[in-house]
Amino acid sequence: MAPTAERDSVSLGSAKPTLSSDLIVQVSPGVPAKELTYQEAIREALREEMERDPSVFLMGEDIGKHGGAFGVTRTLFDQFGANRVLNTPISENTIVGAGTGAALVGMRPVMEIMFVDFSGLAMDQICTQAAKLRLMTGGQVKVPWVLRMPQGGGAGKSIAAQHSQSLEVWYAHIPGLKVVMPSTPYDAKGLMKAAIRDDNPVIFLEQKFLYAFRGLVPDAEYVVPLEQCDVKRVGADVTVIANGLMVWYAMLAAKILAPEGIDVEVIDVATISRLDRATIGRSARKTGRVVVISEACRSYGPSGEWAMSAMEEAFEYLRAPIVRVTGRDTPIPFADSIEKGVWPETEDVVQAIRSVMAW
Amino acid sequence: MIDIAHETLLEMYRRMVRIRHFENAASDLFRRGLVKGTVHPYVGQEASGVGVCMALHQDDLIAGTHRSHGHNIAKGADCARMMAEILGKETGYCKGRGGSMHIAAFETGSLGALAVVGSGIPLAVGAGLAFKLRGEERVAVPFTGEGGTNTGNWHEGMNMAAIWNLPVVFVLENNHYAVSTNVDDVIKVKDLAQRAQAYGMPGVRVDGFDVIAVYEAAAAAVARARRGDGPTLLVTECYRLEGHYAGEPEVYRTRDEVKEYWRREPLARFRVDMTSAGLVADNELDAIDNEVQVEIAEAVEFAKQSPAPDPATAMDFIYA
Repeated sequence: MAPTAERDSVSLGSAKPTLSSDLIVQVSPGVPAKELTYQEAIREALREEMERDPSVFLMGEDIGKHGGAFGVTRTLFDQFGANRVLNTPISENTIVGAGTGAALVGMRPVMEIMFVDFSGLAMDQICTQAAKLRLMTGGQVKVPWVLRMPQGGGAGKSIAAQHSQSLEVWYAHIPGLKVVMPSTPYDAKGLMKAAIRDDNPVIFLEQKFLYAFRGLVPDAEYVVPLEQCDVKRVGADVTVIANGLMVWYAMLAAKILAPEGIDVEVIDVATISRLDRATIGRSARKTGRVVVISEACRSYGPSGEWAMSAMEEAFEYLRAPIVRVTGRDTPIPFADSIEKGVWPETEDVVQAIRSVMAW
Repeated sequence: MIDIAHETLLEMYRRMVRIRHFENAASDLFRRGLVKGTVHPYVGQEASGVGVCMALHQDDLIAGTHRSHGHNIAKGADCARMMAEILGKETGYCKGRGGSMHIAAFETGSLGALAVVGSGIPLAVGAGLAFKLRGEERVAVPFTGEGGTNTGNWHEGMNMAAIWNLPVVFVLENNHYAVSTNVDDVIKVKDLAQRAQAYGMPGVRVDGFDVIAVYEAAAAAVARARRGDGPTLLVTECYRLEGHYAGEPEVYRTRDEVKEYWRREPLARFRVDMTSAGLVADNELDAIDNEVQVEIAEAVEFAKQSPAPDPATAMDFIYA
């Protein structure tokens, strides 16, 4: 079962639905599968891709014996050795730039930056070099790398303003990059495999709170395609668009609202950039009501892009204004009592859905 | 005693002359408004790029900068496709998507020309890393000016290459000016090769107007890298004889200073040194001068006649 976080609980009389792994089931009964955490699923993908393709190698700070700040690469150093799992100096910009150089000559590096918050140091290499090389060389080269970065809500750990941000739009705004953030162990493994096999620079964001979430992952080989939204729940009345941890909040809200006769469709924006507008449009035209949820800051955040896309794709079908539920426009404060207040809660999602249903 | 094959000496001269004529032609086109954007001439630094690149194999790679026409030509790139790129034509190396600052001929061993100062350095470190991981005896060479050595890219890259013993030769072309800023105003040490000591790698400093000196120092550093003995910092002391860009007013330095450096420029220097040593003959060099003049005129004509990219292709090459 997924950990039950205080901030996610929703009071509903005597019953108290909580986040649990059965909210999202992606493996059909009878399919051979095992339960993995999101963290383990990413590691499985790395391991399998490294076994499959000798050009895949890992690079990052403390990713060797230590296994990385969140343990994602644990055991890989022992299995693959120092030539496949490279512990680097604290040099974010050159970690990424060296990854680009290696990718230009045929390698497929997977780099880790310890927290997305530190990626400001690598902004030049990510956004100004890697993202633009293919265009400005007239297609002479490709840059097949993956940059793994934990991001988002501090898992109730109070790690304050410089370790807690949600920054997907920094990268989604740059053409040439692909930006991915899985919400489940199944997606984490399948999307990581797709990211490694992709011929473009892929920003792979890992929501920190989700690392411990469990879910079924098939034993057989599979890949989850990039650049697609995934309909996590089919519903008729309202479309909820979310990513990462917020997908779980949406699923929980859907469960809470089902007894009221509100049938929620949940769309997981697993690949943020080059948004799959078709899936959003199809759903919005069907339900006529849209709620967008994002952990990132409200202003100029992903929620605005999703809402605008829904409007552009389905304006004449909409029966209510689009409502958004987002993180507040503030650096993340330390103290638990106020940290909790800056992120959306499931209750906020429930209220937002009720508000669009009232139209 | 110079132990370099006669044809190699002539090829060095040919590539230096090519760069000089190419830069003069590009600057001329720019001043006449036929080139959009900008042109950063490499005039005065020809011996540095040519001396280094002549010491490399075809499959060794160079990472360039905003001032890399010369690096590409030194590595063997075709002047017509270079000029077409500067004019924004579909026949250019980058199909007109890069322009002067991003000309990169990957087929002759470029790793890209990156116009944020210092940003090409990590790419070369990464290419060197790949060579080492795959057991290939190839070398990666990032070029930068003295200005670039104050960036984090350079220091991080020097350190990473050193700790991993990577086959990288860091070429620092001290052309004395970062746009308008003189090296003495922004770097405390007088001998830039000393900076290598901080990273535990050898630092070598040579006269960057002397193509033979550059070639010999580069050959030693490249051989060291190829052997697996790790990176070297190679400082070539040269001078940017033209402005930061073609036609720049150059209010930050005196005419006398520039005139003084023109007396040391590498093409005339080569002719005097080599003919007086009896290693090449004047008429051999004259023939090269004439051939290159025709070659560059043809390159300009090719570029002018080439088609511009089709507007319908504006969104091409964003993703692979």
